[in-house]
Amino acid sequence: MTPIEDTCTSLRAQISATEAHLAGLKRDLADAEKVALSTRPTSDHENAPNGTDTDTGRWPLLKEEYKRYGRQMIVSQLGLEGQLKLRSARVLLVGAGGLGCPAAQYLAGAGVGTIGLIDGDTVESSNLHRQVLHRTKNVGKYKVDSAIEALRDLNPHPTYIPHRTHLTPEDAPAIFANYDYILDCTDNPATRYLISDTAVLLGKTLVSASALRTEGQLMVLNNPPRPPGDPEGGPCYRCVFPKPPPADSVVSCADGGILGPVVGTMGVLQALEAIKVITAPSPDSSSSTPKRESPSLLIFSTYSNPQFRSIRLRARRANCAVCSGDASVTLDTIKSGSTDYVFFCGSATLPSLLAPSERISPEAYREKHSPSTNIDKSIMIDVRDKAQFGICSLENSINVPIGDILASRAKPASLNQGPDNTSQPELPSWVPTELTSSESKDPIYVVCRLGNDSQIAVQKLKELGLDQNGQRYIGDIQGGFRAWREQVDPDWPEY
Amino acid sequence: MANSTHDGAAPTVSITVEFTYRSRNAPDYLQPLTKSNSGGLEILFSNERKHTITLPARLDDASQPTIAYLLQHLVDNHMKDDRKELFIMEDNVRPGILVLINDADWELEGEENYELQQGDNIVFVSTLHGG
Repeated sequence: MTPIEDTCTSLRAQISATEAHLAGLKRDLADAEKVALSTRPTSDHENAPNGTDTDTGRWPLLKEEYKRYGRQMIVSQLGLEGQLKLRSARVLLVGAGGLGCPAAQYLAGAGVGTIGLIDGDTVESSNLHRQVLHRTKNVGKYKVDSAIEALRDLNPHPTYIPHRTHLTPEDAPAIFANYDYILDCTDNPATRYLISDTAVLLGKTLVSASALRTEGQLMVLNNPPRPPGDPEGGPCYRCVFPKPPPADSVVSCADGGILGPVVGTMGVLQALEAIKVITAPSPDSSSSTPKRESPSLLIFSTYSNPQFRSIRLRARRANCAVCSGDASVTLDTIKSGSTDYVFFCGSATLPSLLAPSERISPEAYREKHSPSTNIDKSIMIDVRDKAQFGICSLENSINVPIGDILASRAKPASLNQGPDNTSQPELPSWVPTELTSSESKDPIYVVCRLGNDSQIAVQKLKELGLDQNGQRYIGDIQGGFRAWREQVDPDWPEY
Repeated sequence: MANSTHDGAAPTVSITVEFTYRSRNAPDYLQPLTKSNSGGLEILFSNERKHTITLPARLDDASQPTIAYLLQHLVDNHMKDDRKELFIMEDNVRPGILVLINDADWELEGEENYELQQGDNIVFVSTLHGG
């Protein structure tokens, strides 16, 4: 690209970003005006149009609200008192995805008075199987706007507040300050630590959930909320997980997959725990001290029996970096960035492992190995897992899942048993027979979904000596099937 | 969204391994019934959710086997996966894996120094972050 083309591209990007920002501001203004309009007349002459409930002091709820919430209000643990607590509660959901959608749906349905949603993502069609508030027509729209559209349809009474941004350490304290309860519906460790730290330091109870593939986990943290140093307060995320997991062990739903009802179950349970916390009897309301639930972690596992198990968790950690007496994390260190969440949790960005000569673009591969030439004897190894290989694969490619490759023990180099007694070391069982005929010099290509695992696999194959000291070419398809679709085959399924 | 640096199959470790111990006739052995597994960590343990393990009730120095002993035993005898670092880091269970002793966080029970009892139920759970 020439410099002037670069400039044009950059300007175009800036213009569309500014337009999106402007659209967001306009929507914010419209929402705020709507709220202003709806609050002013009701405070002046409440329900006057109905003509029936003019006695404003008589019934604390609107006529319509008694009907709407009646089925839950007659449950003894809730009652009118609980309903009024829900109406005056302000709940922030961080994340409007697989957890946030069902959680928000039930909280809105239950009549929580103020519901804030924060998410900078837009709806993608790969979200729709589990993010139940979003509609196909809203693909491309901000998730928070799409969600609030559905929530308003469901229940027009609550005040809905969209935050069209990802949660940042700079903004988190100011946003959280406007809410009473926080739900962590996010998908990465760095944000989870940020949410917990901010919630503890602002004295908010946090309902945290997560899900992946067929499993889910749920915790109520900082419950009861107490200032740092007070051992009576509930543990925080850092008490349970003082150290983050290695970044390369963290798997997202995009990479690992997720069943809709699994994450839906966890989101619904989050809403339930939030309702429990909001409507809990206040400690001074009864003579008997209310029995406090000890902190616990609920684990859901689709294919286990029983599917649910509850784990007793520790109390606050005496040396916790946030909620203990000698805490090092404060609102100031969060806002200033000196508590660095990205550094703390690390980043799993893979370095480029292979030299350029060991990589080939899909386009170059296609030119070299055109399907019309019958003489092509190159071998294609596909290292995606079995389920992905089953979705789509290249003709004649061989599936060797990367998990099998990584799990195999280092080659027993010195031991060369075997009936033929060759000088070759024994190869791991995952090596396909197509690669073991020692005379062949046919090139070997390795492909995966995005072009990361394929590099690891190429290195492994070379370590095993399958490149015959450089006489046999082994390389990977750069960028994997994502690049394949972009460069060679637009019909290749994107999943 | 977490960075999509991995193709998904690689180092996914969310184990639940569970061991239940039961006395055999001889008092010098604890015989575990099952080791159960959920969430993906089982890939480190031959893809099995439940395992059977036998430990001596007394070690050579007459001490009782502890969780620390169990961890070493698992790594030495039951991990078929070469990636020990996905389970053990710096001589301890790697961050992100919770150890549960009879449905309680092991920190309530003395962590790696906890002495295994007959009938104990030990579970390893790796934390999830998706949502």
